[in-house]
Amino acid sequence: MADTTVLAKVEAALPGKILESSTLHGDETIVISRDDAPLVFRTLYDAPEFAFNLLVDVTAVDFFGKEPRFEVVYHLKSIALSHRLRVKIRVSEDDPVVPTVSSIWKGGNWLEREVWDMYGIRFSHHPDLRRILMYEEFRGYPLRKDYPVDRRQVLVEERDPVNDPWPRR
Amino acid sequence: MAESTWQVTEQLDPTSEVMSLQMGPSHPATHGTVKFNLKLDGEKILDMDVEIGYLHRGFEKMCEQRTWNHVVPYTDRLNYISPLINNAGFALAAERLLDIQAPERCQYIRMIMSEISRMADHFTCLGMAAAEAGAISVAFYALEARETLFDIITAVTGARLTVSYARVGGITQDLPAGFAERVRSAFKDIRAVMSDCDNLLSKNRIFIDRMSGIGVLSKEDAISYGVTGPLLRASGVPYDVRKADPYLFYDRVDFDIPTGTEGDNYDRFSVRFEEIRQSIRIIEQALDQIPEGPVRVDDPRISLPEKKDVYGNIEGLMNHFKLVIEGVKIPPGEVYQAVEGGNGELGFYLVSDGSGRPYRVRVRPPCFFGMAALGQMLKGYMISDIITTFGMVNMIGGECDR
Repeated sequence: MADTTVLAKVEAALPGKILESSTLHGDETIVISRDDAPLVFRTLYDAPEFAFNLLVDVTAVDFFGKEPRFEVVYHLKSIALSHRLRVKIRVSEDDPVVPTVSSIWKGGNWLEREVWDMYGIRFSHHPDLRRILMYEEFRGYPLRKDYPVDRRQVLVEERDPVNDPWPRR
Repeated sequence: MAESTWQVTEQLDPTSEVMSLQMGPSHPATHGTVKFNLKLDGEKILDMDVEIGYLHRGFEKMCEQRTWNHVVPYTDRLNYISPLINNAGFALAAERLLDIQAPERCQYIRMIMSEISRMADHFTCLGMAAAEAGAISVAFYALEARETLFDIITAVTGARLTVSYARVGGITQDLPAGFAERVRSAFKDIRAVMSDCDNLLSKNRIFIDRMSGIGVLSKEDAISYGVTGPLLRASGVPYDVRKADPYLFYDRVDFDIPTGTEGDNYDRFSVRFEEIRQSIRIIEQALDQIPEGPVRVDDPRISLPEKKDVYGNIEGLMNHFKLVIEGVKIPPGEVYQAVEGGNGELGFYLVSDGSGRPYRVRVRPPCFFGMAALGQMLKGYMISDIITTFGMVNMIGGECDR
């Protein structure tokens, strides 16, 4: 199982950057603000005592009716040191933007596109933020809690697949 | 008028022009609705953008509408070739949220069935990849081996693909009588099939030329893209969830992690081939170790009562009704549980709000990352290499797009 000292080490290395931390069912979690996110992720990636070289997952949770509404959840794993960490950033509905991590982990590119597609959370400085699962004309974000499960969307017109496979944003 | 058009086309040299070509979304070699937007110089791939499409299963959204145990049939359909691994992963995650442990026999059964599933998954992938490279008889041999495994799975769960074998806190039923002997005799056939495939392929010039040195992914790129499983191990990183974060009883059995050196398609093929052998090793050890005992936790709040109680007394009936209608009440919290799926790290991130339904079920699908790296893998190779490389990524539509 995870090394229980990771959380303590992260707290020691990043004083004042960690808003909350917890350990539940053996999973260690930190909550950071989005302004600190580039620094925190860079430290977690670079520092040899963390070496989180594998971005396992990026996803979001919609706490509809609460404020801030969204939690963007990152799961990190270090292959060499074999420990895991969960990082969360809370964002509000009015301004759902977090900085991208795709400059650190290449896998972040697609994961963030998926979160954008499903939750409408934007990632600033993302190189290629477009929908990945749904089509570009799709309205709304399917995994939000207020997206209706039993409605349909109108069929869109066929677009030129060669010259304009993705319409301009 | 006609003359001037002729002149224009003559001036453009079609061989020097970058050509955009769309491969898919229903190409015979792509399993699922995948489209490759290619930029080509002749047959050479300059750039490749992968669109994975959408099956519109809506797995994660559906899970939020159902009780915890209703999610199990949905997890089957994530990776329908190795559903038992998905089942086990989900059940383990839910059990960690509940802070319970399934009985020891149940854990062993899950481990054995996961490995059988992994073997079936690898046989499918290898057979299809061989067929796509032209070795059709290998495909039939591999499918024969897979059917032997599916027969075992059918005997245990009652279904070939949509097994729904796991429950929160246990499994549906115990192993059938004579299971161990049946598995051992099946392994004799499978070993014979494997040596046949090995003889057909390992010194086959065409096969080696089509696989070796193709689709190379470096160690650093593989990690950076989040690629796990056989693809990552083929690039030379010995990362396996079964060893790194042992779940079930993988720490009680002895097995090796095969790794490659080049990170090309041939290594991916060999790694999968070797993993089948390791799975056989794990199952044979587990069959020796498996104890007798119950296969579900003895807790009326989690496990369904016996059928004789449901039909025989009011407490059993009420218990059954409450569990089916309201679901297992899982205390609020969140958990991430990773298991080693056929294609790599399969993770379940569950958020519970204390009601009988999941608040959020997130799956970390392993082949999504392989698809993200596919463009990088194929840059500079030929169009025909897409087929074999895509085969080695082993994308499963249900898992990739949720």
